[in-house]
Amino acid sequence: MFNLESGSGFWNPLLWILLLAIAFLLFYGIRGFGRNIYKKGTEQTKAFLSGNLESTPEEMHIKASNLYWGFTTAMKSLYAGLRKMHTGNTSDYLLWFVIVLAVLFLIIGVI
Amino acid sequence: MTFLETLLVHSPALIIAIPLLSAFLIPLVSRINAKLRNSFAVAMLGLTGCFIGLLTTDVFANGPRIYIFGSKNLTLPVVRILFEVDSISIFIAIVTIMLAIIAVIYSWSFMNGQDGLDKYYTLFFLLVTSALGMELTGDIFNFFVFLEISCIASCALIAFWVTEGEALEAAFKYIVISSVGALFVLFAIGLFYAQYNALNIATLAHVLQFTFLDKIALVLLLVVLGMKAGLAPMHMWLPDAYGRSPPSVTLVIMSATLASVYGVLRVLFTLYGNVLTTSVRFDLPMHVIIGWILIVLAIVSILIGVIMALVQSDLMRLIGYTAVAEVGYLFLAIGTAIAAQGAPYATVALHGGIFHMFNDVLDIGLLFLVAGAIYYVTKKRLLDDIGGLARTMKFTTVFFMIGLLAVAGMPPLNGFTSKFLIYESVYQLNPILSIIAILCSIVMLAIFIKVLYAAFLGPELPSLKEVKEVPRSMLLAMGCFAALAVFIGLFPNILLDSLVKPAAAALLDHAQYIITVVGGI
Repeated sequence: MFNLESGSGFWNPLLWILLLAIAFLLFYGIRGFGRNIYKKGTEQTKAFLSGNLESTPEEMHIKASNLYWGFTTAMKSLYAGLRKMHTGNTSDYLLWFVIVLAVLFLIIGVI
Repeated sequence: MTFLETLLVHSPALIIAIPLLSAFLIPLVSRINAKLRNSFAVAMLGLTGCFIGLLTTDVFANGPRIYIFGSKNLTLPVVRILFEVDSISIFIAIVTIMLAIIAVIYSWSFMNGQDGLDKYYTLFFLLVTSALGMELTGDIFNFFVFLEISCIASCALIAFWVTEGEALEAAFKYIVISSVGALFVLFAIGLFYAQYNALNIATLAHVLQFTFLDKIALVLLLVVLGMKAGLAPMHMWLPDAYGRSPPSVTLVIMSATLASVYGVLRVLFTLYGNVLTTSVRFDLPMHVIIGWILIVLAIVSILIGVIMALVQSDLMRLIGYTAVAEVGYLFLAIGTAIAAQGAPYATVALHGGIFHMFNDVLDIGLLFLVAGAIYYVTKKRLLDDIGGLARTMKFTTVFFMIGLLAVAGMPPLNGFTSKFLIYESVYQLNPILSIIAILCSIVMLAIFIKVLYAAFLGPELPSLKEVKEVPRSMLLAMGCFAALAVFIGLFPNILLDSLVKPAAAALLDHAQYIITVVGGI
């Protein structure tokens, strides 16, 4: 019932959950060895920004467009090509349809 | 014949007739009461679902069922349309009706108070009718008619928020693309009719000679249906349409998209099932060439889908691009099943592909509903304008997390189970393809982690302090999808054994489909 066979392997979600539970218990156990020195609402929990004033939480929220900046900058040339492809013009949408059709006709015609 | 048997005999017709009649009754019911209209919509879809359930038990027990509209005898002039329902068509019909019911439940609150709801429900039911028609018909011209109905109804629904310019633009693009595509389908049908004087799929499959014209028709059908399914590089309409229509509409457009994928399966496995193994030049069997063409297009779809999704700032467009990638996974499985026809892993690939059709609409559908919930409470589309929603929308956050993990193929959710079958089978065809697919799934996880962080985590934004959790009907719709995603993830074999494997067997055993019509009447 739980075993999903693929012919070359299998997948059992129950085994996965069991492994996750064991890992969780293990980590929870290791955590128990630590010392409880955390005091909420004291100086201990405040961020130290080299003497600069701490911004409000709203100002510190990283916007979605700033996430993965490194990846998108590194792939700039790829994105430039893809943006050129996605013009938003209906005629270009149809052009891609015609291109695929032509390529397939060519393949079928040759073969 | 008992009453139940009579209902069973006429169920293929009733599955189309009930939503079709409901489409034109809804404006009348709307005049009485909005609540009555909402209940009527769910009741009619529920009734259609009951007939689909009834037909499912019969098809699984007795094989394909045919229903004849028109002349029963083959005396001239023969004016008739045949519906032929087998396990694959009934599987897709189940998915369609499930999406429609969830979409209507979601619409109760989401569309509440908006103008033109009687027209909305009429178009909604017409779209459901067209999707079901495409799935149940055994006649290729009838398939074209339902395809056209789905184009027109989808276009009007995409433009439902007519005051937004982008919605009109998306609808315009959709109708242009769809109309051109439909014309090419009509041309392909013309090629069949001119050669064989037949329009019935089983009859055509029986007499198909695989002439040069048949090859042209195959290319036309594959490209148009691939475009309607959102296959790259013909996918550009999809993020526009999915991103601009109300999420409840997106769900039913997804079912129409799914009907196009079904069309591809029907064309490849049934219509051309007898001739696809024919060797052409260079001793290459046709199925290998077609399979690899689909695989290349699938890989392009997966790559373009995830790469473009990463830089989207509009949440619904972002999900639209991931939907393109998910279509890529579907076609990767279908391509592998075709290219490796006869190999044991080809069947596993087909199982994975059909299973993923269900999981794809479930996961992407859930994410669209969550995006709709965010739009409902914030009236914002851009990810940069939202944040900290987990503080006020706890249930929606949980549903989103389930959706993101499922769509990224993370175990133990449903997305993983079908992707597992796809990865394993594709790996045996070519390991590089499987590696690309796995890496893109990881990128997909990264994309949705970005959405989770940007939209739900972080501090409460001052402009969103008044935000509250969405109404119960929207939570119920999202909850149903989330519960199904978890359930199928934990018990994949229930769906696999009861629906997916019979559907795959029906596709592989195309002779049975043909004999039911050609040998039966």
